[in-house]
Formats: sequence, C-alpha cells, structure tokens
Amino acid sequence: MALDKDNILQQLAEIIAEETGIRPEDITPTKSFADDLDIDSLSIMTIFTLAEDAFGVEIPDDAVKDLATVQDAVDLIANA
Amino acid sequence: MIAGTAVRPGAQILAVGGVRGSQRITNEQVAQAIDSSDEWIRSRTGITTRARAEPDVTVLDLAEGAARHAIEGSGLAPTQIDAVIFGSVTYFQQTPAAAPTLADRIGATGAAAFDLSAACAGYCYGIGLADALVRSGAATHVLVAGADKLSEFVDPADRTISFILGDGAGAAIVGPSSRPKIGRTIWGSDGAKAGFVGQNLGFREAFAAGIWPTLRQDGPTVYKWAVFTMAKIALEAITAAGLSPSEIEVFIPHQANLRIIEQQVKRIGLSSEVVVATDITETGNTSAASVPLATERLLRERPDLGGKLALQIGFGAGLAYAAQVIELPTPADV
Repeated sequence: MALDKDNILQQLAEIIAEETGIRPEDITPTKSFADDLDIDSLSIMTIFTLAEDAFGVEIPDDAVKDLATVQDAVDLIANA
Repeated sequence: MIAGTAVRPGAQILAVGGVRGSQRITNEQVAQAIDSSDEWIRSRTGITTRARAEPDVTVLDLAEGAARHAIEGSGLAPTQIDAVIFGSVTYFQQTPAAAPTLADRIGATGAAAFDLSAACAGYCYGIGLADALVRSGAATHVLVAGADKLSEFVDPADRTISFILGDGAGAAIVGPSSRPKIGRTIWGSDGAKAGFVGQNLGFREAFAAGIWPTLRQDGPTVYKWAVFTMAKIALEAITAAGLSPSEIEVFIPHQANLRIIEQQVKRIGLSSEVVVATDITETGNTSAASVPLATERLLRERPDLGGKLALQIGFGAGLAYAAQVIELPTPADV
C-alpha cells in the first residue's frame, strides 16, 4: 500500500525528533537538513535506517547522501 | 591411528598491555589542511587528540612495548608463550612476517608466529583464534598483538579518515582456564563492501604512479554498517555467551568514532549502567590496537572492572568483523 506523503512526513518527523531532539512541528517540508535543522550526514544515515524499518522500504545509501530538504526525504520514501 | 589432543574446558585473557604513540596531535594541528575546525572534528568524531608516534618508532617497536607490558601483567616468563599472533595493516613488508621477529624480540623463543590482516577487527579475530588454539591444546599461552602506525597511511588533506587516525599497540596474553572466560567469537566479513574503506591504491599501482598510498573511506556508508549491522553481530555474540544485553557490564568496541560507539550502545540495548570504553577521545582510531588499548586504559583507570563481563567488537576494512564476550582479567587469574 502506497503511503500518503502527509503520513510519511508525520512519521519521519517523529523519527527525526526522537534522534535529534528537534520539535516535530519544526520539521517542515522546505527545511534543509544541513542548514536549517543542523543534522549532519551521520545523523541522516541513522534516521534513514530507522525509516527503512518503520516504513518497510529499502533506500540505497547513495540516495540518502544526496538529500537536501525534508521534502526530498518524503519523496524518496514515497517512491521507494 | 592419530592420537587425540587434550581439549581444555576454557581459555581466558590473563593480562592486557598497551603503548600509545608519544605525541598528542590536537584537532587544531590537523584541521587546517582539511579546511575544518576543532568544533567540527569533536562533533563528528568525539576526538580531541590522536596519539602519534615519532618517525623513528616502528609499528614493531610499538607492538614490542605492548607485548612486554602484557607479559609483565601475566606473570609468565616469555618462554612460556608458545604462539604469537600479530594483527596489523601497517607493517609494510610482505615477507618475512612481523610475528616471528616480535616473538624473538620478546623472548618467546620458538613460538609459532604469524601475521593476521583483518584491519580494525584484527585484535578480536586474534582473540577468537587464541581462544580456539588454547582450548584445542594447539597452544598453551598465546600473545595476541594488535598494532598500527596509521600516521604512515595519512594524507593530511583527506577529509574522509586521515584526521581520526592514531598510532599504538595493544596486546593480550591468552591462557588456559578451568571454565570459559572467552565466549564464542562471532566473526565474518562482507567483501562486497571492500571498497568502502581501505587504501586508495594498491602498492603496485601507487608505486607505478610514484606515490605512497593512503587511506580513504565512505564515512556515512561505513557508519551505517558499523552501527546497525554491528549491533546485530554484538547481540549474536552476547547470545552465544549465554547472556542477555542487560548482563554486559563493560562495552569495549573498536574506537572508530564516538558517534558510532554511542549509537551501538543504544542499538544493542545495553544497560544504562554499562561502562563504555571511550579511549578514542584522546588516542584516536588506532585500528587493530584500539580494542586492547581501550581495555588497557579501562583496567588501569578502573581496576575494579577486573572479572566483569565485557563485550568487545572489532570492525573495519574488509569489511571484516569479530565480537566476543570476555571476562576481564584480574591479578587473581594469574
């Protein structure tokens, strides 16, 4: 069953919040991981590995490295 | 008919020794060449300094110091050591191997001696082998040395790995025990990921180009494997020892990156009371030496940890890994 992007955003925000301590309401689609949320490449790798389990999808490591915004992440999961 | 071999009920680590490179290189000293800062290196790796040896100190010199330290702690005479395993990726000579020279230098006359190439997993591979050699009767006292002088593999301008690397050697003496004090080793490799960490060029290619090879890694990919795959391997090692994560009292992982260590504690599900080795903050990543050096520091700073149950895990280039639960040595074991 394809996941609704709003649901993906909500669940992903919860994972990010759990890992980083950032408030879920601050994790909005246009935010940049590096510049706005101060999340580095190692934390992104942790978040995406947890997201793979949570959403039951497989995401190539190389795709994760190219992510810029939260919306990019939602799209990647939706299309996985 | 071939006569049977005596099989022993168990093996134990009798003592651990270590030597670090004498220089402490600060983050400021390595940051400029990679357009970085002390703050960036600390937040990414937890490292504040890395130990590096003087140019005239060889990896064998470091190993000899660590071996002598371990032998002294064991109370054994060097001649009682009948096997020497030397794990390293920075002994730059294919043959003869380093281990026979190390055995000769420390007075382990006539010991079986061989080198082991498993990078950052080298020491834990060696402990697994030593445990098997002692239990099978093939050896009685085994010296396992993990030694690396990684400063000789550093490219100062490389942002992927060079700035975390240090120099040092650790060694353990493994001997017989009336009960198992080393749990079953869970080990393996994933050669499909061989390209993610290691030399940037083989020696033949590098020399043809007139350069010396240095190390590189794909940090995020290795990080993911080190955290999530290694947490599963660690849990297998705990189960193989007949224990649960809450029973592990000390955690001594390869000192690759403090972020990896912190995530491993979480993913394995270790107790909040567990003592975690963090020698990396001062020593840096010393590859095969990192687990025994971290053990040496813990036992020096916290002698009360003798006899405690410790999970140790080595992982790195190969990709290769090995994990086992051990009972930390105490003077009473000798």
